[in-house]
Amino acid sequence: MISVKNLYKSFGERVVLHDISTDFKVGESNLIIGMSGSGKTVLMKCLVGLFKPESGQVLFNERDMVSMNEQEQSSIRQDIGMVFQGSALFDSLTVQENVIFPLDMYTNMSLGEKIERANFCLQRVNLENVNNLYPSEISGGMKKRVAIARAIANNPKYLFCDEPNSGLDPRTAAVIDELISEITKEYNITTIINTHDMNSVLQIGDNVAFIYQGNLWWRGDKHSICETDNPELLEFLNASELTKRLIK
Amino acid sequence: MLKTIGQYFLFHKDVFSRPPRRKLFWRQVFAEIWRLGMDSVPIVILLSVFMGAALTIQLHFGTDGQWIPDYTIGFVARQTIILEFSPTVISLILAGKVGSRISSEIGTMRVTEQIDALEVMGINPANYLVLPKVIACMFFHPILIMLSIGFAIGGGYVVGVASGMMSAFQYIYGLQFYFNPFDLFYALFKTVVFAYLITTISAFYGYFTQGGALEVGRASTKSAVQSCIMIITVNLVITQLLLG
Repeated sequence: MISVKNLYKSFGERVVLHDISTDFKVGESNLIIGMSGSGKTVLMKCLVGLFKPESGQVLFNERDMVSMNEQEQSSIRQDIGMVFQGSALFDSLTVQENVIFPLDMYTNMSLGEKIERANFCLQRVNLENVNNLYPSEISGGMKKRVAIARAIANNPKYLFCDEPNSGLDPRTAAVIDELISEITKEYNITTIINTHDMNSVLQIGDNVAFIYQGNLWWRGDKHSICETDNPELLEFLNASELTKRLIK
Repeated sequence: MLKTIGQYFLFHKDVFSRPPRRKLFWRQVFAEIWRLGMDSVPIVILLSVFMGAALTIQLHFGTDGQWIPDYTIGFVARQTIILEFSPTVISLILAGKVGSRISSEIGTMRVTEQIDALEVMGINPANYLVLPKVIACMFFHPILIMLSIGFAIGGGYVVGVASGMMSAFQYIYGLQFYFNPFDLFYALFKTVVFAYLITTISAFYGYFTQGGALEVGRASTKSAVQSCIMIITVNLVITQLLLG
């Protein structure tokens, strides 16, 4: 489980996260939603240690990431898989080499075992016959799937996804959401997903946290979100015609 | 300005830490030797042959009809090529070619979150991406400079002898005349220092790029300009220290 306690983050005078406290549960898809610029990505970057908060704690099974030294952070990061908004695949490596990369770094597997594992992960995300292609040779949806395969290659305990279905068509986006949800339950990992896609929320939102102007404004799940009377959240939900009709 | 200098020196701490996987590290070093070093061989040879040839013609033009023996052309060409042309001018060219490549490669990785991905995996990106490049260039640039010296002298020989400016014997006698092996040490020492400056400065500007494609382009230009300025400044310091 990942717990956040009294997290503050600012850039200069501008406070981006204000006293955020929440838990992200194991084996469930934990969604962070909010408008663009509300602080979702900053929160996620604080969670994985890419940003250092001014104060507060980020607890990975009771171990505080913020106060750790670099070596301890590095050991926790070996248990983290992350899917970036733009996939962040390494351009100079093939699809297979991208998936093998974390195994190269942290395991003593033989090359055969690593290839076998990479093939397993690629099959798990429904990708075949792309092993020797470079990221520039595959589509956006395939890149996201390769990024997921790379993220799960080293059996992570924590999976972070920053807007995993942005820029994808609704069908591919739904496939990606479903895939993340399945992997979360199958491997019993803690998954945190940043999104402003309401389809994702209604499809896989086991736990949903709504961030508004840097504050944790609302908590619930995919069922309770449709019955909310929180005005800021309603304003966010009503921006989507589909959700608006659903709530009515 | 002071902040940038401080940041540059702090960047060294991350770059020169211990690589986590030695086998992987050396694989990276050899890949970089191929990418950054071997790739530069044709341009270095081409430039050196033509510069050596032009230098010989200019020297012949300046000494023709004077009370100066013809072998002086070989002697002066050798000194100019070993002391300044090959180590400094070729390094300036490499600052543009290799430096901008390093800067734009790392800068693009920064703006497309590939460096963040490495960091999230618990890998020190500065060490993983930059140290192999530094070692590859510090190892391979002296080889490039030796090649450059050889081809520049060869270019001078072909032009000088083929056009009848002097005999082969005079040119070779001039090359051997009063040769001090320390000159070669001086040239290679300078080259290693320049290789270090080119890779670390270019990597630094790439690593701290913020924004998008425009900023990557800016970082690439900035790194080439700063590397050139540092090369000519450090060249003067090394020359004064070793030859002054």
